[in-house]
Amino acid sequence: MPLLEIRGLTATVGDTQILNGIDLTADAGEVHAIMGPNGSGKSTLAQVLAGNPAYDVTGGSVRYDGKDLLAMQPEERAQAGIFLAFQYPVEIPGVSNAYFLRAAYNEMRKARGMEEVDPLEFADLMDERLRLVDMDASMLTRSVNAGFSGGEKKRNEILQMAVLDPKLAILDETDSGLDIDALRVVANGVNQLRRPDNASIVVTHYQRLLNYIVPDFVHVLVAGRIVRSGTRSLALELEDKGYDWLTGGASGSASGGSFAAAGQSAAIGA
Amino acid sequence: MTPSAVAAPAAEGFLAAFEAVERGASVPGQVSANRRAAFDHLSTIGFPTTKNEDWHYTSVAPLLEHTFAPITARTGPVGRAQLVPFTFGATSWHTAVFVNGRFSPELSDLGRLPRGVRVVDLAGAWTTAPDLAGRVGTVATGRDQAFTALNAAFVYDGLVVDVAQDVHLPDPIHVIFLATADAAGAMTHPRMHVAVGARARATIIESYVSVADACYFTNAVTEVSVGEGATLLHYKIQREAERAFHVGTSEAVQARDSHYVSFSLATGSALSRTNVYTTLAGEGGGATLNGLYMLDGTQHCDHQTRIVHAQPNCFSRELYKGILDGRSHGVFNGKVYVHPIAQKTDGKQTSKTLLLSEHARVDTKPQLEIFADDVKCTHGATVGQIDRTALFYMKSRGIATETARRLLTYAFAADVLETLDVPEVRTTLERVTLERFTGMDATL
Repeated sequence: MPLLEIRGLTATVGDTQILNGIDLTADAGEVHAIMGPNGSGKSTLAQVLAGNPAYDVTGGSVRYDGKDLLAMQPEERAQAGIFLAFQYPVEIPGVSNAYFLRAAYNEMRKARGMEEVDPLEFADLMDERLRLVDMDASMLTRSVNAGFSGGEKKRNEILQMAVLDPKLAILDETDSGLDIDALRVVANGVNQLRRPDNASIVVTHYQRLLNYIVPDFVHVLVAGRIVRSGTRSLALELEDKGYDWLTGGASGSASGGSFAAAGQSAAIGA
Repeated sequence: MTPSAVAAPAAEGFLAAFEAVERGASVPGQVSANRRAAFDHLSTIGFPTTKNEDWHYTSVAPLLEHTFAPITARTGPVGRAQLVPFTFGATSWHTAVFVNGRFSPELSDLGRLPRGVRVVDLAGAWTTAPDLAGRVGTVATGRDQAFTALNAAFVYDGLVVDVAQDVHLPDPIHVIFLATADAAGAMTHPRMHVAVGARARATIIESYVSVADACYFTNAVTEVSVGEGATLLHYKIQREAERAFHVGTSEAVQARDSHYVSFSLATGSALSRTNVYTTLAGEGGGATLNGLYMLDGTQHCDHQTRIVHAQPNCFSRELYKGILDGRSHGVFNGKVYVHPIAQKTDGKQTSKTLLLSEHARVDTKPQLEIFADDVKCTHGATVGQIDRTALFYMKSRGIATETARRLLTYAFAADVLETLDVPEVRTTLERVTLERFTGMDATL
């Protein structure tokens, strides 16, 4: 049974249809990259998987770990092991990072039938996780993302991911706005968390990130549909040629068939 | 304000009580005469109705429906243990405790005051320290202010604080006004006068708290004089019983280069009104007026601030936040007057309200009257609900909706609580707020 199975997913925001029938299957142990030009629906897909109520799912199905994901509340999805690293992490002035992380961590433990940890035990865990993303402990006493630089916010997302230990991590443009050093730190964190029993979906506009987080599969999203799937070489091809050679065909067949889905399934089966 | 025909009889409701107090007067003749004058003034002006623009959003009719009796005799004993929830965990503070309006020497702790600091209870001071008691009424005259006049008519007990020039008082003076079950049906009119000498620094905390679910009426007035270059932190914690009525007025006058820092926390009372008034009467002074009110049920809580910029080069800062649930009603009216000579005035007022319920209501009214031309005065008011983006962000981390809402509610209040400069007060109020909205302990 695949960890994640998306079939014919369509979604709108307001009156605008963004996702036009996404098919994607991911197994444990895999890293999938989703690439595509601006406005192709990459972030929407990430937000829909995390359950953002700002988007309306209008069709299709998503099974996650044997469950109907779309029927689950965002917090239930998180408790079941889904983690979305936000493209724009939200600032929450007034709630300390430490308090926030511990609250989230304990919710996760409760959902998994484990005892909650007290602040002292949690501090030990944090020491170790902070090293993973090369963050200073002083970040913990600051309000969640408030006044953080772009790089600090992205690192903070990976820190949260490291603490919550997800089964399926979705990284939404985690590379955007990062300089090369920050990118390395973030990618290193992600790679260290990579295991045979979890999976990642890496959403990115640029190939650059994939030099550091090496994907098993690459999917190209255009106009709300996966138009091409392949291995890492597809990303390199995109780097070389840009998106134009794929977008022309896709936008012309907005109501067309699902050749991409077939190609993608074949790739995964291979 | 012109007294209205409807309002005037309301003072009649206090006449019997006033005459009873007058008969039992144990105050010097001049004080008695001042009381009579105050009552006469009150009878003339009457109590405000909602036609009075200062009381437009707050009707005092529910308060005037009651006939509250003055407390003349001392009430039943109170143990120190009963005070513990209200002392902020502080042990080194100077504490003056009033039980149902009467000073309690047994519960108070004023023995370690440094040289240059005098703290006396008003009931005793009328005869033993007339120089201090005589200050009453010099800052807050009660003219055209019905509740201040009412306080003046019944004035008896309270506290007079004098901090001599250049004295820095590191520990706060905490004045606790405690209501017990004996307060049911009664009213108290505590009066304080606080004078801080030139270049001195002090902290006064007033707590209005209750150990009983009783219906009573507190009508407090605190007069403040901040000397040249002096700093006074003046915090007021209003956590009266849920059925109680509370009117509290602080009126300050500030000399050159002084700083008056006021904080008002209001969570108690069925109907409360807090007035914070200050006059920047010397150049280069500053006033910081902050507050937080958290209401639920059918509570009504009104804050009126008034900052008078009477001299040039002064600043004023205001940040008021309200969190309203249930069918509660919050009111914030921030007045700023800038006199023609008060050039280079720098004023900023912010009022933010978080509505947790569709039935809660807030009225905010900034009121800037500026008669100088070279000033910078801004005001801003927002009324909002829980931020959906932040809510989703927290839920996406596995935090349940209700917990996330509560945590965000606490976060809304956090920045104004951070302005509290007394660590024990800040920590306690942060915990009280966090517990109120999350039920979680605030460690970390």
